[in-house]
Amino acid sequence: MSKRVVIDPITRIEGHLRVEVEVDENNVIQKAWSSSTLWRGIEVILKGRTPMDVGLIVQRICGVCTYSHYRCGTEAVENALGVKIPLNAKYLRSLMQTSLYMHDHIVHFYHLHGLDWVDVVSALSADPALAAQEANKYTANPIAAGEGDLRATQERVKGLVDTGKLGPFANAYWGNRTYRFTPEQNLIALSHYLKALEVQRVAAEMLAIFGGKSPHPQSLVVGGVTAVRDMLSPARLQEWKQKHAIVHDFIIRAYKADIVMAAAAFGTEPSVLGGVNVKNFMATNDFVLADGKYMFDQGVIMNGDLAGVSDIDPNAIKEDVTHSWYDASAPQHPYEGTTIPNYTGFVERDTVYGKLPTVDGDGKYSWVKSPRYQGEPVEVGPLASLLVSYARGNEVVVNSVNDLLSATGLPIGALFTTLGRTAARMLQTVIVAEEGLKTFDAMLVNLQSDESTYVTPEIDPQREYEGHSMIEAPRGMLSHWIRIKGGKIENYQAIVPTTWNAGPVDKDGKVGPYEASLIGLELEDPTKPLEVIRIIHSFDPCMACAVHVMDYKGNDLGEFRIDPNGF
Amino acid sequence: MDTHAALYQRCKTRLDQLQKLQPRQSVTLEDKLIKSGITRREFMTWSASVTALLALPLPFSSLVAEAAELADRVPLIWLHMAECTGCSESLIRTDTPNLDSLIFDHISLEYHETLMAASGWQAEENLEHALEAYKGNYLLAVEGAIPTANNGAFLTVGCKGHTGMHIVKEAAKGAAAIISVGTCAAFGGVQAASPNPTGAKGVQDVIDKPVINLGGCPPSEKNIVGTLMYFIMFGKLPALDMFNRPKWAYGARVHDNCERRGRFDAGEFVETFGDQAAKDGYCLYKVGCKGPYTYNNCPTERFNHHTSWPVLAGHGCIGCSEPNFWDDMADFEKPLGRQLLHGIDATADTIGAVILGATVVGIGAHAVTSLFAKPLEE
Repeated sequence: MSKRVVIDPITRIEGHLRVEVEVDENNVIQKAWSSSTLWRGIEVILKGRTPMDVGLIVQRICGVCTYSHYRCGTEAVENALGVKIPLNAKYLRSLMQTSLYMHDHIVHFYHLHGLDWVDVVSALSADPALAAQEANKYTANPIAAGEGDLRATQERVKGLVDTGKLGPFANAYWGNRTYRFTPEQNLIALSHYLKALEVQRVAAEMLAIFGGKSPHPQSLVVGGVTAVRDMLSPARLQEWKQKHAIVHDFIIRAYKADIVMAAAAFGTEPSVLGGVNVKNFMATNDFVLADGKYMFDQGVIMNGDLAGVSDIDPNAIKEDVTHSWYDASAPQHPYEGTTIPNYTGFVERDTVYGKLPTVDGDGKYSWVKSPRYQGEPVEVGPLASLLVSYARGNEVVVNSVNDLLSATGLPIGALFTTLGRTAARMLQTVIVAEEGLKTFDAMLVNLQSDESTYVTPEIDPQREYEGHSMIEAPRGMLSHWIRIKGGKIENYQAIVPTTWNAGPVDKDGKVGPYEASLIGLELEDPTKPLEVIRIIHSFDPCMACAVHVMDYKGNDLGEFRIDPNGF
Repeated sequence: MDTHAALYQRCKTRLDQLQKLQPRQSVTLEDKLIKSGITRREFMTWSASVTALLALPLPFSSLVAEAAELADRVPLIWLHMAECTGCSESLIRTDTPNLDSLIFDHISLEYHETLMAASGWQAEENLEHALEAYKGNYLLAVEGAIPTANNGAFLTVGCKGHTGMHIVKEAAKGAAAIISVGTCAAFGGVQAASPNPTGAKGVQDVIDKPVINLGGCPPSEKNIVGTLMYFIMFGKLPALDMFNRPKWAYGARVHDNCERRGRFDAGEFVETFGDQAAKDGYCLYKVGCKGPYTYNNCPTERFNHHTSWPVLAGHGCIGCSEPNFWDDMADFEKPLGRQLLHGIDATADTIGAVILGATVVGIGAHAVTSLFAKPLEE
């Protein structure tokens, strides 16, 4: 007999996410539903405002990948107006993005995803001396993993456990057998969890140096950047570089080492070996290295065919709302999209926890739409970005991926897993941290002969403008699309990474990456579904992004021409 | 208003009461600090800086230290409503020295969706347990606005599918104090901007208890932690302004303490973002700074371990700690001109004030500022 499992809230994410699964008598997942349970309406609010304010407002879509929306929105307006920003501004924006990635991926792995891998209670029975030896297996010079560090961490957490009051660690799925680290390995990772709290603060300061603050930096404007004094200050530049070194050090000596350790320990765990059932991936090019050169490539991979990577065709994107809490007659290109809320609520039924309101899988069940590329679901994110660049023969990426595969002894196929998704995020962080220094140097060289940071944008109220921007946010490909009329925003759309990944099933019954990733997974205990959470977290969900959304009144958005060479 | 002497006494009494409660941890704070690499001296330095932040005289710093040791008696429940998690992100960046470790060790963080290990059913159990077990004693922090349209159905949380509105009302009942963290929880924030499609409101508009509002998008980590510290020390709300914001943090205009204030007074303005005046650090009023209308301690406390703040990064203040600023302060890159917002003093002792004063006569701000600035430049 099948049983329904409800997981809400999915914690350690941004925003509000509900996942439900149906398991058979062997506790194997047969069906899965992903539901976003918050709608905010930011695109509605944008209408009629000045395009100059876009970046500041869309940034509030998300306080985690805060800078991504700021930049993407600002660049969509620049694209529409035909503004060519100075090279210094391009470099600085790329550097700020480097800072964001170094922050965001560390926080994701340790504070959001980490407790899916690390059993805190098990760490208490570790031998700190043995753990210190263990840490040396994964890097020559481990950070925060000497015997003294580890003993201090253990005693600190022990103090919490002894009181029986675990605070943020309370009532989790400790002891689940899908935790595969030894007590010593758990202790190492736990020590890094605490150390990462310090390091992430330094990484946030990197963004604040040129952004004024983080989250929600405030130094981009349509036409360039405003932090010209910081850019021209050797002290500020040095400050950035010094903080970069601290964070980079942690990325190599802890983050990278821990992923290698996880690959070894979890190598036979099904919830780590599976998890990629949609083998279509999409990513855009991003991170300016030098004028016209990018760190990562753009493209689409269908059916896991790395030999067949193709260019993105923005016209092939449509959004389906058959199972979303909106009304529409057919899938629509975002520019022709309507969004008419139609909330239908939950259906009460039996679950493993008794009678509960549950999603109506046959009807509508999420505030997220379902974007499709050529009618197919697609995964976006660090794994997609690395796969696309790998398939393109991007030398830095190819070497980096191959090095990891040889360090872990895993085949290339291991990338198409939960582990691959988590490892890809780490590799991307390493590449961004190291290659980002080239951008830093390029900016310094350019500043010697060119101090320009801004061009004044012009809007002709008699003209209509349209434009878009595609960038790689830490969670994957992000695109913003704008139309301007009478000097004001006439329409605004954003298609965000989590929408691609978390959308519900479409009209043809094709399921998106979140839902597909769970099918076939066996749960140890359906009332404690750690395996589900581990897989979902590997996508790094960001629900506020996914439901920023759209044209509330359902206006006809008319036609929109996309110029892929527009910027 | 409390005199400092009375405050000191009140704080002593409060701490004595807390002292009598069962401690959560057997190890003393000092031992624990030493183990986690923090010296007593560093801890006292931190206490002194919190004391200064709260605008209290230095003798209070020993009480701050004592309060931090007793902080684990105060359970904290943090709810996420219609929000972007920016306020939580701000919280986790608390600094000076190892404050994150202090929070981990000393505040009893009972529920916080971004940080807690438990998920789903077990997470909801934690919340229900905390609301019951610490009834009357817990501190409730809310991040995000409350959607009220369609009976609140634009937000549901938890296996039981309760609306955000329902959860906040229930949690507010037993709270010793309620803190609306950030402009969304305080005043509705970005989702409440016109036309407010979800009927988003601040917490104070959906419950009938006093609320401390921490304006800011997000508020600085110092304003969040400072407010928690104040409650722990005094067991009551700090002195509040007309929008229920703590006066110690929101008592002065951004403009009053701005590092570019001298430029404003001298009539030296950035005309466009990339000009020489921008490189020289002139005043950002004419490119839209809303510092004259905004109450917050950004210029003195800054953000991210004192690293920077928007005006230092060359962008004008957007007024993010004020109610309804997304509508009232836009366009963000144009001067607002003096408007009948609250609390703009009619000081006429500077050129800047003349600019602000002139616009109130009804002439467009933009025109006036250009008219005025030109003769100065020539």
